[in-house]
Amino acid sequence: MNTDTLKKQQNSTVKTERITGAEAVIRCLLEEGVDLIYGYPGGAIMPVYDELYKYQDKLTHILTRHEQGATHSAQGYARTSGKVGVAIATSGPGATNLVTGIADAQIDSTPMVCITGQVASHLLGSDAFQETDIIGISTPVTKWNIQITKAEDIPAVMAKAFYIARSGRPGPVLVDITKDAQFAEIDFSYEKCKGIRSYKATPKTEPQSLKDAATLINAAKKPMIVWGQGVILGEAEAEFKAFVEKTGIPAAWTILGVSALETAHPLNVGMVGMHGNYGPNKLTNECDLLIAIGMRFDDRVTGNLATYAKQAKVVHFEIDPAEVSKNVKADVAVMGNVKNTLAAILPEVNKNTHASWLQEFEAHDKIEKESVIQEELYPTKDGISMGEVIRNVNEVTKGDAVVVTDVGQHQMMAIRYAEFVKSKSNVTSGGLGTMGFALPAAIGAKMGAPDRHVVAVIGDGGYQMTIQELGTIFQNNIGVKILVLNNEFLGMVRQWQELFFENRYASTEMTNPDFVKIAEGYNIPANRVTERADLADAVKTMFETEGAYFLEVCVEKENNVFPMIPTGASVSDIRLK
Amino acid sequence: MEKKRFTISVYSENNVGLLNRISGIFLKRHINIESLNVSKSEIENVSKFTVVIHTEEEVARKIVGQIEKQIEVIKAFYHTDEETIFQESVLFKIDSALLFDERQIQNIIKESNATIVTVSRDYFVLAKTGRRPEIDDMYNKLKPFGIMQFVRSGRIAVSKAEMQITALLKEIQ
Repeated sequence: MNTDTLKKQQNSTVKTERITGAEAVIRCLLEEGVDLIYGYPGGAIMPVYDELYKYQDKLTHILTRHEQGATHSAQGYARTSGKVGVAIATSGPGATNLVTGIADAQIDSTPMVCITGQVASHLLGSDAFQETDIIGISTPVTKWNIQITKAEDIPAVMAKAFYIARSGRPGPVLVDITKDAQFAEIDFSYEKCKGIRSYKATPKTEPQSLKDAATLINAAKKPMIVWGQGVILGEAEAEFKAFVEKTGIPAAWTILGVSALETAHPLNVGMVGMHGNYGPNKLTNECDLLIAIGMRFDDRVTGNLATYAKQAKVVHFEIDPAEVSKNVKADVAVMGNVKNTLAAILPEVNKNTHASWLQEFEAHDKIEKESVIQEELYPTKDGISMGEVIRNVNEVTKGDAVVVTDVGQHQMMAIRYAEFVKSKSNVTSGGLGTMGFALPAAIGAKMGAPDRHVVAVIGDGGYQMTIQELGTIFQNNIGVKILVLNNEFLGMVRQWQELFFENRYASTEMTNPDFVKIAEGYNIPANRVTERADLADAVKTMFETEGAYFLEVCVEKENNVFPMIPTGASVSDIRLK
Repeated sequence: MEKKRFTISVYSENNVGLLNRISGIFLKRHINIESLNVSKSEIENVSKFTVVIHTEEEVARKIVGQIEKQIEVIKAFYHTDEETIFQESVLFKIDSALLFDERQIQNIIKESNATIVTVSRDYFVLAKTGRRPEIDDMYNKLKPFGIMQFVRSGRIAVSKAEMQITALLKEIQ
């Protein structure tokens, strides 16, 4: 805790009020522009909940059915609104239930502040009722965390928490507040955090790096862009598009970058990585310059690093210095927010077209269409394919919906085939691969983008990990469209068992309940489709029905997601079947 | 790539949870911490962690990047043994009778430039500061006579080249 800040605050002439620590927490949230939080009450956080009751006209609290749901909802909200998501829980199990969501937010750089209650400070370390060392537990998965034991520390810590969560490369922050600190009274005044001396949110851009990058870009004959979520987090969509269009460079995306450039853009060449598109994966190993923009070369993107883009020079536009040359060595690193660096490099790069190089992507695309995509979107077999469900969604939404996905086969199918026309339209658990993410994340996504359709595409496995959040949807009238693609398997694991474990289906087959009845139990209109002939109308009805809707589509049980780069293989060894 | 010994120096805000955060970065990569020392630094209210590890330079570089990313860390550096001046300290507790019965012990004390910290009827305590081989040598010589207690501190080190920390602090303040 920075005592200087505290002293300054106490000595300042700013008007102060005498309030409790618990009320101070609420006031801090309001000062940070928060009007919506997700959480679950319990003993050690009750003083804050008591204040929430008094402030309910200014601050909406959504009671999720599990603390994990609170974090994923906060994440979904952050991802579609661009604001900091806030989750709140009690000590002990309340706090530990947040951990999965915090870890998810950490690896996917989602701005989130979690507030946990803690046992009274005199009980700390005594194994008191519902005491856990949530600071120790959450340290490896938070951008920053801190325990408050004195009420007077609350305003400065909360200001710091929000500053850290949203600045630079965003991430989750956990603030643990002992119960006595919630009860104690303080003289409240609030000052927003404007900087922390040991923390440089955005690194300085070296002018020389821009020149070096521009030189490589202008000289390249076969350049390729791979962009990630940095473009969305930096709100750099316009700068990015201008860069892509001026340089004429084919651009591929990572799963978290997807909606930053519309799907139909002629230079959007698809997804890289394990279940990405054929062209961008193959051609990663043929390009002469790889321009990475706001992405971190995750192993699911690169496959075997020893054979990844070895022939290419690499330019890396990045905000986090620790990501530069972590997995793939950068010949030139351009540090900073891509919004600024892309704008700065634009005048330095030549207007260009790479027609014959782009044709190579088109040729690969043709191969993929013929061998994979056509059959997935327009199957000739009887069973419904996941791809054709997504195609039907596209036909209704015209790419304007927010697509939230869980983790597994349906996720890859949704990401591969969903069409997007605007940014912040994809909410998925990329880095952590958290099953159970989608349903609660969709709640937050809808509240962050209330005027848009939000469709949660979920597998039958992941759906049952957080199915209790139907209660949250019901109680709060959250108008999310829940689209469960039911293959009665943990499909992705089953696919691996088929391909790499000689069809030994160990614990992947699911005997499922009547999902329609369950949804109806929560008063959510529901339908089940088993025949292709009914699919289009059912999807249409789902979107046309006011409010929440549940649609289960019984899909082919043992379909596989292709293309695929097997673990440890090179991107150029991508398999079409 | 060849493994070497690296001294990692971390300048940080004095914060209770930070040690946990920093050690977690080593833990994740299964890097054994050979020694760890935390002390104040040349800058007021700035702590200094000195961590010794044995690894490839590439790993040391990435670890320093991930340490530096922690909010309370101001700056982190890594250096090879050749780039630093470093020392360790040890204490030996030995039976006092030996001081009088075994002449050889007095020679060992003299040769190793150790100092006698205290002498009581039952035991005496030797202190020695130096590099690992000298300390190991002294240990090996004393061992046959019986050592009641032995403890070695973490490495402390200063770099031969300047650590650009003061200027950095001025810039960010």
